[in-house]
Amino acid sequence: MMRSSHVTIALLFPLMLTGIASAAERFPPPEFETGYELPPVTNITQAVPRGDIYEYLDVAVLAAALALSSYLVLKKRSRRWIYTLMIFSLLYFGFWRKGCVCPIGAIQNVVLSIFDETYAMPITVTLFFVLPLVFTLFFGRTFCAAVCPLGAMQDLVALRPISIPAWLEAGLRLFAYVYLAAAVLFAATGSAFIICRYDPFVSFFRLSGWFNILVLGACILLIGVFVGRPYCRFLCPYGVILRQLSRLSKRRVTITPDECIKCRLCEDSCPFGAIREPTAEWPAGHYVKSKKRLGLLIAILPVLIFVFGWLGSELKGIASRAHSTVRLADRVHLEDAGRVEGTTNASDAFRATGKDVEQLNAEASGIIAQFGTGGWVFGGFVGLVIGLTLISLTVQRKRTDYEADRGSCLACGRCFEYCPRENVRLKRLKETVGGD
Amino acid sequence: MTRRRFLRDSLWGTCLAGLGAAGGYFWGRSHKQDTVWQIDPYTCVACGNCATYCVLEESAVKCVHNHAVCGYCRICFGFFGPEPHDITEAAENQLCPTGAINRKLIEDPYYEYTLDEKLCNGCGKCVKGCNAFGNGSLFLQVRHDRCKNCNDCSIAAACPSGAFRRVPADKPYILKRADHT
Repeated sequence: MMRSSHVTIALLFPLMLTGIASAAERFPPPEFETGYELPPVTNITQAVPRGDIYEYLDVAVLAAALALSSYLVLKKRSRRWIYTLMIFSLLYFGFWRKGCVCPIGAIQNVVLSIFDETYAMPITVTLFFVLPLVFTLFFGRTFCAAVCPLGAMQDLVALRPISIPAWLEAGLRLFAYVYLAAAVLFAATGSAFIICRYDPFVSFFRLSGWFNILVLGACILLIGVFVGRPYCRFLCPYGVILRQLSRLSKRRVTITPDECIKCRLCEDSCPFGAIREPTAEWPAGHYVKSKKRLGLLIAILPVLIFVFGWLGSELKGIASRAHSTVRLADRVHLEDAGRVEGTTNASDAFRATGKDVEQLNAEASGIIAQFGTGGWVFGGFVGLVIGLTLISLTVQRKRTDYEADRGSCLACGRCFEYCPRENVRLKRLKETVGGD
Repeated sequence: MTRRRFLRDSLWGTCLAGLGAAGGYFWGRSHKQDTVWQIDPYTCVACGNCATYCVLEESAVKCVHNHAVCGYCRICFGFFGPEPHDITEAAENQLCPTGAINRKLIEDPYYEYTLDEKLCNGCGKCVKGCNAFGNGSLFLQVRHDRCKNCNDCSIAAACPSGAFRRVPADKPYILKRADHT
C-alpha cells in the first residue's frame, strides 16, 4: 500500500506542471462517523477590512485639516502652527493611513470611473479628490501647505534651498504636466495607476516597498535639501490642477498683513521661489520686441499642439505595452508564431481559459487604437502647455509690491515673519516701521 | 470693477460650478461602500507572484482552506511534495516551504489539513497541488487584517490571469463552494 501510493504520486506529479485544471469534486467530502465537525468558514472570513466608518473618518479629518490649514495660513498667519498641522498630517495620512488613498492618486480613480462604466469608485475617493480642489478655489494651496503628507516629507528636509531661475523653474514644471497627462492616459485606458506605482514616499510611510522606489524617494529627499519640495513643484500631477485653481482663488497668501513697504526683507525667504518682486520700468523698445515675440509664440501654438499630438499618437505602440491585454496578445502571437520558446504564466493562464485568440487580438487592437486617440490628446495637451509656458515667460505683469505668486505659492507661511509689518502686527516692533 | 477682475471672477465661478457638477456626477456614479482587493480563486493560477509582489515584506495574501470542499485525502497533493519518502508528516515529505500546513488523523482514512496562517507566505504551491489533483479546497485569499488596500495593488499589476480584482468591502472574501460548477 505504501509503495503504491508512493508510485502514484511520482506518476501524477509531472501532470501538475501542465497547469491548473479546473478542479472538480474529485473526492466527495467524507461522511464522518466519529462526530467530527467541520471547522467553521469564519476562520477565513473573520479578518475583515477596515470599516467604512473609518473611511468616512478619514474624509472628516481631511476636511478639518483643510479648514484648519486655511485658517492658520490666512487668519492666524503662524508658521509654527502650520508646521504643527503639517506634522500631524504627515503622521495621520502618511504613517498611520499609509498614504492610501490620497488626493493625488485619486485623479486616476476619477479618470477611470469616467472611462470605465464598470468601475465603482467609493464616495470617499471622490471626496478626497474634490475637497482640496474646492478649498484651493477659495483659499489657495492650503492643502499643499499642511495637509499633503508628500509635501510634508519634503518640507522637513528643505534645509539649504537654492534659488532657481524663472525659465528653469517653468521648464522643469513641464514634467508635472507631462506626468499628469500620462497618468490620465494610462488610467483612462485602464492600463495602470502610474502615480501610485511611482509614488516616491509611500514606501517610507509603509516602511517597506520596492527597492527602486525607496531609492527614488531617497533621491528626491536628497535633492529636496537643496531644491525646496522638488516633487511638489516639478512632478506632482495634482499640484498642476491646484496651481491653476489657486490662480483664481478668492483669498490668497499675502506676505504682509497690511501693506508692502518694499523693504526687500522677504525677497529670499521663500525656498520654493514663489515670491515675485515689483517690476522695474521696461527699457525703451523692449515693449515692441516683446509684443513681436508674443505674436510669434501665439502663431506657433497650433503648430506645437499638432506636432506634439502627432508624436503622442506615434507612441501608441510603446505606451500600449503598459496594458496587460496588449502584452498578453503580443506574447501569445509570438508563441504561436514559434518566435519565442516556452510560455509565461500569463499565456498559460490565457490558454487554460480556452478563450479565442482572435478575440484577444481584437481586444488588444482596440486598446492600441485607444492609445492612438489618447496619444493625440496627450501630445496636444503637452504641446499646448509648452506653448503657454513660453507665452507666460514673455508676458510681464506690472507689480508694485512684493507678492506671493498665486500659482506657485504653497502657503507654507515661511515669509510671514520676514515682513516687518507682520512684526508690527504681532507687536514685536513699534508702529514706526513703514506704514503711517 | 476692472476687466481683468471680471474675467477672473467669471472664470472662478465657472470652475466652482464645474467642480460642483463633477462632484455631483461622481457622487451619483460612485458607491457608498469602499472596495477591497480580492483574488478570484476560480481564476487564480497560483503562479507565486502573490508571495513576492506585495509591497509588504510578508505578503497580505495567504492560503486558506475551505474544509467544506476538502476530501480529507490521506494522500494530499497540497501537503505532500513530489515523490515523498513516506506518507507521514515528516518535514522532508512536505510540499509547503514553511511547513504551514498541519495534518491530523480524524478517522481512518480521513485526515484534516489546517493552515498555520502565521507561517504561510502565500506562495501557492499547495494551491497548485490541491487544484491539480484534489478538490481545490486550498486557495489564496487576501487577508484584510494585513492588506493596506493600496490604490494600485502591486500584486494585481503582476497577476498573470486577472484574478485580482476589487470587491465590495462587505463581501471581502470569495470562497470556493462545494456546489460550484
